[in-house]
Parts: sequence; structure tokens; C-alpha cells
Amino acid sequence: MNVRIDPSLQASALDLHEPINVSRRRFLTGTAVGALVLGFGLPLGTTRVQAAASATAERGTQVPAFLEIRPDNRVRLLCPFMEGGQGTFTAMSQIVGEELDADPATFLVEAAPPGEAYVVMENGMRITGGSMSVRMSYPVMRRLGALARAMLLQAGAQQLGVPVSELSTEPGKVVHAKSGRSLAYGELAERAMDLPVPDPASVRLRDPSQFRWIGKPVKRLDAYDKSTGKALYSIDLKVDDMLHAAVQHAPRLGMTVGNLRNEDQVKAMKGVHSVHRLPGAVAVVAERWWHAKRAVEAIQVDWQEPTADSKVRPMPADFSSDAWFKRLAEDKGPAKDDENEGDVAAMLKGSKTLIDATYHNQYLNHGQLEPPSALARFNPDGSLEVWLPNQAPDMFRADIAKRTGLDLSRITLHSPLLGGFFGRHFLYDSASPYPQAITLAKAVGRPVKLIWSREEEFLRDVLRPVAAVNFRGALDADGWPLAIEAISATEGPTEALAGKQGEKLDPTALEGLSGKSYAIPNKRIAQIYVKGPAMLGYWRSVGNSLNDFFYESFLDELADKGGKDPFELRLHLLRDNKRLTTLLQAVGELSGGWKRGPFTAEDGSKRARGVAMASPFGTETAVIAEVSIENGQVKVHDIWQAIDPGSIVNPAIVEAQVNGAVALGLSQTLVEEAVWVDGKPRARNYDLYPILPPARMARVHVRVVESGEKMGGIGEPPLPAVAPAVANAVATLTGQRVRSLPLSRHTFT
Amino acid sequence: MELRINQKTYQVDADADTPLLWVIRDDLGMTGTKYGCGLAQCGACSVLVDGNVVRSCVTPVAGVVGREVTTIEAIESDDVGKRVVSTWVDLQVAQCGYCQSGQVMAATALLKQNPKPSDAQIEAAMVNLCRCGTYNAIHAAVHELAGKGEA
Repeated sequence: MNVRIDPSLQASALDLHEPINVSRRRFLTGTAVGALVLGFGLPLGTTRVQAAASATAERGTQVPAFLEIRPDNRVRLLCPFMEGGQGTFTAMSQIVGEELDADPATFLVEAAPPGEAYVVMENGMRITGGSMSVRMSYPVMRRLGALARAMLLQAGAQQLGVPVSELSTEPGKVVHAKSGRSLAYGELAERAMDLPVPDPASVRLRDPSQFRWIGKPVKRLDAYDKSTGKALYSIDLKVDDMLHAAVQHAPRLGMTVGNLRNEDQVKAMKGVHSVHRLPGAVAVVAERWWHAKRAVEAIQVDWQEPTADSKVRPMPADFSSDAWFKRLAEDKGPAKDDENEGDVAAMLKGSKTLIDATYHNQYLNHGQLEPPSALARFNPDGSLEVWLPNQAPDMFRADIAKRTGLDLSRITLHSPLLGGFFGRHFLYDSASPYPQAITLAKAVGRPVKLIWSREEEFLRDVLRPVAAVNFRGALDADGWPLAIEAISATEGPTEALAGKQGEKLDPTALEGLSGKSYAIPNKRIAQIYVKGPAMLGYWRSVGNSLNDFFYESFLDELADKGGKDPFELRLHLLRDNKRLTTLLQAVGELSGGWKRGPFTAEDGSKRARGVAMASPFGTETAVIAEVSIENGQVKVHDIWQAIDPGSIVNPAIVEAQVNGAVALGLSQTLVEEAVWVDGKPRARNYDLYPILPPARMARVHVRVVESGEKMGGIGEPPLPAVAPAVANAVATLTGQRVRSLPLSRHTFT
Repeated sequence: MELRINQKTYQVDADADTPLLWVIRDDLGMTGTKYGCGLAQCGACSVLVDGNVVRSCVTPVAGVVGREVTTIEAIESDDVGKRVVSTWVDLQVAQCGYCQSGQVMAATALLKQNPKPSDAQIEAAMVNLCRCGTYNAIHAAVHELAGKGEA
């Protein structure tokens, strides 16, 4: 693929970008699965269900498409999932290596190209998101390793001239115990990969009690490269004859390019190759990115107001996020029910103790540290290669095909490491640089790498959705919750991207309000659909990131009103749920026993603790937070988190993910907010868009509870319970109930 | 102009006010130093200039003429840097890894100047942003290095 790499980079990094060698002829050419995945996040549509059903038996069985074992015994795995910090490359090497009988440390992992062969998840999708990768591909990826091992055994039998039944394996080799002979996998791979793949039903998987790597804190494969600058991200790539590009976007989405008042002067600026008009943007192509950036920022564009036939969601000139929250809170419906049990209306009417409260949250940016980029190259035969950060390669390739008119087979998509993602790199119209890079490469007849400056990224990033939720609750005579009603005025990210799906609710709008396990006999969860002007997207833990803050905070309000301790209230409401009772007790223990406060800490500060729970992405979580007030702002000292994902693959990575999710959870709780005024974001960089700095990180204590229930997700689940645990602690400490985030908008004494 | 980077001499044709970051990345092809914000907010672009950590995205290249620049590419040639990298790997600090070049540079600069920093000194020095939230692992790594530091 001809990516030029600095010669100082050592072998480990180079290997990830070598052309596919030995097995190239056996690697499958990709076929389209775009149709399968376009409905991401929506309830399973008929097409996808059918496709999934028909493909289940064969999924993940095309061994040579995934694995190449080199003469030096290193195992190259083309991974269906993207690595963006969550550790999936390492987890996949553990899962495949366990059954292949190869030490994960011998693996070289990179992202697989698009193609049907790599659809390995039980839901028939190929994305890296929804905390799905491990939990939804676990049996298939194990079977893949077992199939490869069977092929190596077969090849060993041929080479040694013995019955396969006399052979066994040890890590990295086939062993004939009888004769004391053995053959390294690397010696057998060529022969093995030419064998037919055995019947998937014929391989036996290892007994979990015999696992060597699954369930162990295996070291990350990428730790060294990422500690020495050797890891390559999209933004780092370079091909021969490449030009650099930068863009200036319209200040509001939907505006179009009018006159460029100083085009001639800009063209004459140092290093400028050419100036281009793009949909809603102008671009400069130059020999150096710095020249392109300086020049494009100097262009004086007469931006034109959006036209009626605009193909994007136009941003009105009077849009303000604060006014939008108010408008959502005042919306009276109609509302559509997602959950409705018992008789909420009657209970609310008849109750002596009624509590109501309105909550809202804030818009957020993704703020991943790597600014988006894309490198596009048209080859002499007219085929197109694109390198870009993405969480769904087939969807991106299908979109490129649509935009360029090229057949899928003429498009090669490369998916480098992601410099953070958190939901940023799904297919969001108008929020990714690759369409621009492709247009520019076509226009200049040379490869072009386009980097969005941080400022352009903050302008075009899609936002975490907002909601205003009107709660009403009723208590029984003993002060226990009898009824709860939550009506959320919001637009979910999936319906924002794909359009409102008729009468169907968007599950990503209400998750975290819906799906709660508390035994409250009368409940109603409903949505008022309010289409807004902002471009929305998925943000780590999606709907749960806001809804658990609302629900778990309001639950504490019910506890307070009924004179109940919030920890005891939750235990009471979960009394028939063994799994969640165990989990809640686990976090209590982890924190040294539930202690609400306020109390005085050793350093003399007055502190309190709050508790909250969440059930995101098939995993259960419980969090306790300890806070104090310093200079009028909340300081979070400790976060204790108990997490039950059923079972796990790598405890060290799980603990790291809990730490990371807690950090992002604290960030949205304490400081973070995308404020829009006059149709524009107030912040275009980290100076006005604060993200959690090291000084505001809390100590994090993790307990993993493996209940043995169905495997759940890890990347996102530890986030949602953080905000309500902190807000509940703050309410206990200050008497001030916070009903919106971030806390930096509030003053505490 | 003539630059000294990682103990090698480079001839570079760049305007005096070009940020050092882009000279390192685009002119010299060393991509370990990262662009995150361009505004000295995040620290992903941290390099050492005469042993002090600076944010190369706002450092005009002309300002480092005659000085010794060290980037992440040469970090293991430095004894302290080598120990930092080794501890970073042992403690499995990195997640996405994008900010970690800068974090390693910042830790190296701190430990070269102060081999046994207190926790408060670590907090004061290690201020680069990490969106993955590896802050506790970073602190633990520098704390461990400080424990082994020579007085």
C-alpha cells in the first residue's frame, strides 16, 4: 500500500503497514455488507434479521481472511473491530489465541478491510460501538481460533505422516508426543491455510477452566508503540507525491460558498497549490499543512444563507442551546409511551405525597485528541484508496461508493488506529473530512491528506443529544415509591441521523430511563419527539449518558421525600433481584461500608457520598462518589465502582476502561458543555471547551463482579452512573439538588 | 535554517514563525509528536528544548535554532526517558495512545530536573490532557519512577 514511513520507526510499527504477503491470494476480496449495517441503532429491520439468520452458521469461519501465521511464528490477525484505546486488539488476540493455542504476545493485529467475511457479531453488524465487540463476537472468534488450530493439526498430520489423532498442540506448535517431534505453526502455516476449513461444528472449544489467557490481565499489544510515538494514526500517514489540505467551513451548517473576496491574494501565499470551493466549505491544497491552514483561514468568504433545498440540516442564525433547553422543558407533547405499567395516572392523582421535578442536560463534543483527517489517493487504474478513522468500514465504503459512483470493488478502505473515538467516527453526514479529501484528490490529480484543525473539528463535530425530562413521582403511606413517570422531550441520536422512523421510538433516546430494574409498581416512560436544529451523534454510553443522571437523581429525590436512605431505598426496590442486590452490596463493601454523610474527613473537609446504578449495554454497574466543596466548586475525591458484565476477557483492560469511563463521566458532570449562541459554538478549542484536567480526576476503585450472566459491554457501561452518584453526593452535602449539568454552571457553598 | 533535533543536524526551509510541530511532522517526517489543539492547551505536541518541556504547536521554529530539541523518537536514547517508557509499558498507561508521546516527554522533563518529585510536584508538572482518562495510571507511573529516583 506504499505508505512511506519514517525509517527511524522500528519493525513493530512497520509490520502493521506491510503489504499482505503470504496469504494475499487467499484473503477474500470484500463484498458489500453496507445494507446489513445501515440501520445501526434502530430496532432490527427485516432485511438485517434475514441476512443475519442466513449467515449465522458460516460467520467467522473463513480462516485465511483473518489469520496469517508467519515463518517466524508470529500470528497476524485482521480484526473486525477498530482499536481506539478500548483494548479490543488485545482482547481479540486473547480470544483467538486461546483456541488457536498461540500466545497473544505473538500476535500482530490490525483492522480488517471492509467485507462480509468480517461480520462476526451475533447481530449481523460490523461496527465498533455499542460496547459490542467482545460480547457479540466471543463464541465466533473462539471458534475461528479453534478452526485454525484444526487446520494446523491436519497439516501437521500430513507433514509428519501420522494420524491427526496422535497430535496435540502446545503454544505455537503441533506436537507428536509419541515420537517426540514437533513443528512450529510457522512451518505449517503455508500448508494449513491451503486446506479446506473444517466443518464449524466439528471443533471442540477449550473448557473455560483450562483458559491460559482469557480472563487474565494479558498485557496490551500496543503499549510500547504508544509509549514511544511509533503508533501510527490516520493523521500520521503519508504516501508518495502527497499534498496537504485544510478547510474553512461555513460558520453555520447549510450555508453555501459565495464570493471569495481575496482569492488571488490567497493563491499567491507561500506554499499554496490551489484554492477550492466545496459544499459548505473552502479548501486550500498546499505542499505543507501549515501553509494550507494559514491560507485557508485567510480566505474572506461571502457565506450565503442556506437555501430551501439544502441537503443538510441547516443551522438557524438564532439558535441558542440555553433557549433550546427551555423550549424542551416547556413542551407538553404529545408523548409516546415506551414503558407503561400499572396505573400511573391514578396513583399520581390519588397520592398524598407527590414529587415533581424537571431536569435537563447539556450538549457535548467528543473531544477526541486526534483531529479528524482523511488521506485519499486515486491510483493509475482509477481505483481509490482512502485512509480514515472510522468505526464502521463497510458503511464508510458504501458511502464513498455512493458519492464517487465507483464500484465497491474499486475502493480500498484502510482503518488506522483511532486517536480516541467515543462515538465520533460513525458515519455522520457533514462531520467527516473524507468526502472533501476525495474531491480534492480528484481535482488536483495527486493524493491529498486533509486534516481538520481543532477549530474546524469543534465547528462540525456532531453533538451528544440533550433532553428535558419532566418527572412525577408518588409515595405510598410508608414513604416508598409507588409510581414514577418520566416524560422526555428529546430527539435521539439514531432518529436524528436516520430520520424519525414512523411511530417507532428511538431506543437510544430513552435508554437509561427505560429498562430500569427497580420494583416500582406503577411506571410510565415516554418521549415527546422534538426535532432540533443541531447535528447529533453517538457519545460514549449514548442515551444512558444523560438518562441515568436524570433517573438516579430523581430517585434520590423520592428517597429524601419519603425519609429513606438512598442506598436502603435501592436495596428495597431491588429486593427480588439477586444480581443487582449483590452488585449494590459489592460497591458498598468496596467503599468500606455505605456512609452517606455529611461527615468530616481527616483533612478537615466536610464531605458526603452519593450512590447510583445503571444497566447499560448488557452490563450492570453501581457507583459511590465522595465529594467536598472547594472554592465554590465540587471536588470529587473517590469513585467506587462495582461492575458486573457477566464474565470478562481481560481484568486489567476492564479496570482501565472503568477509569477512562469515570474520567469522561466526571468531565461531563463537572466542567464540560458545548454552548451554542447565535447558531454557532462558543468554543472552537479546548480553551473555551474544558475537558477534565488531571487535577480534577478522582481516585477510582474497581470491583469486577462476574455473575456468569450473559456477557455485557465494557467500554461504555462504567460511565452513566458517575454523574448521578456525584450529584446525589452534592445534594447530601449542600442540600442543593442539581437538576442540570455541568456542575460548573452552579455555585455551591 | 539549521536545527538540532535528536542529536542530528537538519537543514530546514521554513518560515521563522512556522510552529516547530509542523516542521518536525511534515518537513522531517517524524510523526510521534502529535497535533491536538494548536493552542498549547492539550500538550500532545510536547517536546524537550534544552531539556525543558515545551509545546511545539506554539513554538516558532526560529526560536529553537541553536538549541537541542528532543522528540519522542529519541526518548529511549535518554536514560531517564528509557525508564519512563519502560514504566509506561509496565503500568499499561496508554489507551488510545494519542496523548502519550506528550505525557512521556513531560514525565521525562520532570524527572530529569527533579528525580524524586513529590506527589504535589507530579501534579503540578503533569498537566497534559488525556481524553481516555489515563490520569491515574500516569500519576502512578510517575510516582513509581520518583520512588526509584536517585537523590
